[in-house]
Amino acid sequence: MNLTFSDLLPLLPLLLVTATVVVLMLVIAIKRSHFITCSVTVLGLLVAAIAAMVLLPGANQQVTPLLIVDQYSLFFTLVTCVAALFISVMSYPYLLQLDDHAEEFYLLLALATIGAIVMVSSNHFISAILGIETLSMSLYGMIAYPIHSKNAAKYPLEASVKYLVLSAVSSGALLFGMALIYAQTGSLEFSGLAEVSAAGTGSLSGVNESFYVVALMLLSAGMAFKLSLAPFHIWTPDVYEGAPLPATAFLATIGKAAMFVLLLRYFVAADALSYESVVSVFSLIAVLSILAGNLLALLQNSVKRILAYSSIAHMGYLLIALIATNFIDGTISVEAITFYLLAYVIMSLGAFGVVSVVSSSAKESDAVEDYTGLFWSNPWLAVIFTGMLLSLAGIPLTVGFIGKFYLLAAGVESGLWVLLAVLVAGSGIGLYYYLRIVYRMLMPAAESTGLRHRGSESAGSFGILLLLLFLLLLLGIYPAPVMSLIQSISIFI
Amino acid sequence: MILVLLIAVLFIGGVLAWVAERIDDKLPRVIALVALLIDFLLMLTLLNAGDSGDGSWLVLLKAEWMPRFGISFQLGADGLTVLLLLLTAFLGMIACGSAWDEIKERTGFFYFNLLWTLAGVIGVFTALDLFLFFFFWEVMLIPMYLIIAIWGHENKNYAAMKFFLFTQVTGMLMLVSILILAYFHFIQFGAFSFDYFDLLNVNVGGKLEMLAMLGFFIAFSTKLPSVPFHSWLPDAHSQAPTAGSVILAGVLLKTGAYGLIRFAVPLFPEASMNFAPIAMTLAVISILYCAKVAFAQTDIKRLIAYTSVSHMGFVMLGIYAWNIQALQGAVMTMLAHGLSAAALFMLAGGLQSRIHTRDMNDMGGFWARVPRMSAVALFFSIAALGMPGLGNFVGEFLALLGAFQASIPLTALAALGLILASVYSLWVIQKVFHGEVKANNFDESLLSDLGRRELVFYAAMILGLVWMGMYPQSFLNLSSPALNGMLEATAQVAVTVTQVQL
Repeated sequence: MNLTFSDLLPLLPLLLVTATVVVLMLVIAIKRSHFITCSVTVLGLLVAAIAAMVLLPGANQQVTPLLIVDQYSLFFTLVTCVAALFISVMSYPYLLQLDDHAEEFYLLLALATIGAIVMVSSNHFISAILGIETLSMSLYGMIAYPIHSKNAAKYPLEASVKYLVLSAVSSGALLFGMALIYAQTGSLEFSGLAEVSAAGTGSLSGVNESFYVVALMLLSAGMAFKLSLAPFHIWTPDVYEGAPLPATAFLATIGKAAMFVLLLRYFVAADALSYESVVSVFSLIAVLSILAGNLLALLQNSVKRILAYSSIAHMGYLLIALIATNFIDGTISVEAITFYLLAYVIMSLGAFGVVSVVSSSAKESDAVEDYTGLFWSNPWLAVIFTGMLLSLAGIPLTVGFIGKFYLLAAGVESGLWVLLAVLVAGSGIGLYYYLRIVYRMLMPAAESTGLRHRGSESAGSFGILLLLLFLLLLLGIYPAPVMSLIQSISIFI
Repeated sequence: MILVLLIAVLFIGGVLAWVAERIDDKLPRVIALVALLIDFLLMLTLLNAGDSGDGSWLVLLKAEWMPRFGISFQLGADGLTVLLLLLTAFLGMIACGSAWDEIKERTGFFYFNLLWTLAGVIGVFTALDLFLFFFFWEVMLIPMYLIIAIWGHENKNYAAMKFFLFTQVTGMLMLVSILILAYFHFIQFGAFSFDYFDLLNVNVGGKLEMLAMLGFFIAFSTKLPSVPFHSWLPDAHSQAPTAGSVILAGVLLKTGAYGLIRFAVPLFPEASMNFAPIAMTLAVISILYCAKVAFAQTDIKRLIAYTSVSHMGFVMLGIYAWNIQALQGAVMTMLAHGLSAAALFMLAGGLQSRIHTRDMNDMGGFWARVPRMSAVALFFSIAALGMPGLGNFVGEFLALLGAFQASIPLTALAALGLILASVYSLWVIQKVFHGEVKANNFDESLLSDLGRRELVFYAAMILGLVWMGMYPQSFLNLSSPALNGMLEATAQVAVTVTQVQL
């Protein structure tokens, strides 16, 4: 098969990020400079994001059997590139105080971005596994990055090994599931399962339904590991806590979003939720994730761990909309997932951004006590953090509320009353630990506590945080344009 | 347009007040007062706004907001709304006055929160799109949370958290109910809508209608509050700064009652009719139980908080009796209780800021020391216990009169609440202002009588209560078209429902 220029054009964002990686390697080889490396990364991601934005209207093309470039995948390519850009800007001040070479971090970050872009554009098992592994491999490195640093307070090596082992196990489960499906259908395309099971209701009697269910369970377990859904969530808080903040932010936002898009695409294409047992398993996982995430977050005293557990809960909320895709005809549940993922990326990025601004690679300020009196010592930062936390809690005026509204709408339409009740209860519990941090910031600052350490505040990361706050409020108050955009791209799923 | 202006003035005033703190920390309170005064005057012009040609509505406004879900930015005001808006702005000014000297730290941020809470309340009273309504319902929470959490007393974290959790979680239930309505509109009319007038035509039916109605009922009766969802109120009140208590008792509680009148009953007439006996029973339990509990308090602010719950029981009783007298009574009680409870909280707050205690066991014999304050306190206690000639009496009397037509035994029990009210009101007066002076419990030199500024505020509230008591017709005239409209609409539904059943 010959690739022509017009075939490659839709892949432009992916190619640009790949080119960035190559250029980065050369730049580092020629001259080690933290600033230049960071600038090249930012520039490359920016150009890729612009390319994705330009291509977005009217794109719908299968490029090789492996990758689908439609408006939906380009939308998430755009989100991924912009989020990666934000993370690299915020990494710069964070890594300034690292007593080791900082340049390769950006290399890994760009590589991980490639993986994420492949994941959101994949409708084939091969590209899915390639994307997942590219992302995970780079993340091992990013998580363990400060390993040679003498004053890294946390445990990057522990976190990295933990992630490596569990990630490998989950990839194993994924591959096993894929192999089982291939054995039955002879196809590695996502839609293969649906086509065969639709055609084979009588004629292909050799195909065994319980075989599919086992395969789907293995696939689901693998994906649930990556999404840190309960009961596959145990690694999450340790890895979040041990990893350097930019790596945590990347894992929590882009890593989760890309994986969820993949899950959504597969489940819709393969019609996986038409099996009743899959629906019940996923309902159970959703309930467990929401309850476990929210309840365990109550016990934490580290902001990073709180955000880790809250991410488990948020993934559980998202599963409700995923389950709803099976019960309703329209695109509302896909829209709900898309909007919520966008909201989740914005608010998590903001929350981790605030933590990374007050931290540096030498000292991470992530205990709740560290934030005592932040409202009075640094009002803007506190306002940003409060905004992000209230958004995670789903309070109006913020994008998190609109996201939750979408989820509830999808849930009501499909009549998933039990799951909705759990969602309401979970958000109620969630409020408690988000407000706990907010209250800490409101308390008068004592001399002994509070952020004595200035952290890695810089104009760049502060600007990014303000931009995120602006997006948070804009999408919370006037989401109509984004809503209609999401409505138009959701038909591609 | 004027309704948008009402909200915008407060939002902008809040931001200005916050910014103005940098210039002078006495400037924010002036800005807040001016913003509220502007609002008050704007509301008065609403009275002459004339007919918009749409029944009882004085003004209506609609603009597209989120077309994907049929959500519009829709505001409207009828006589009922205007009354509550006037109460909001009036008590807003009173709250400003009570915070005038009490709040010394971070004044800019305080008035920012005060104005934003009130802006949220005005939004709640005027929103006619259920999404927008919910939006404002939650928006007023956060600044109120901050007021309690930052400027509150010794146990503020607990109280603020409890307040937030109760209201937010029950609010989520309401959101689910709103979505059920919108979805049934989608099924029955082919499109999502959150428009109040569209949703009035939706018939959910069956068990789901009851559940959806309960979502609204729980949210509103938590805010009202009513037994069994009342336990946040005494904590929130006792820990909030005076201005916070004034707003909470005077205005925020009324949003719950307003929600019941405007949304819970008209949107689900059939389910509400079936549910009315339970709601009225809960109301009677609130009246009697909380009056009894109030009597057992030693913390003066907790006591007033429990009496609030008790008085709001009459409101709920009136609403679920659902006839014109009962509804008029509920509205009058809302207005009169707004003034009397706000005044009592101001007095309690005034005492606390003078002698640094809320414990009534430490008080006694104040009449000799602070005669003006004592006289004012006596007046408002008597108003609260329902003395004829004052606003509270008119409200509670009408509510009982209406409820009598719905259920005689429940009304008889509720009327006992009036006796309990006299007991605890006079008991407070006896305990705090008469008897022996227990001077060794606090620094006596701190106890000073009401200043001129405070007197002006109390005088304004006294005037309001006397007006309501002596010439209630001016208020009743304003609210009756709106209430009659709602009664007719639900009566039609009730008729068609019975016809269908036949």
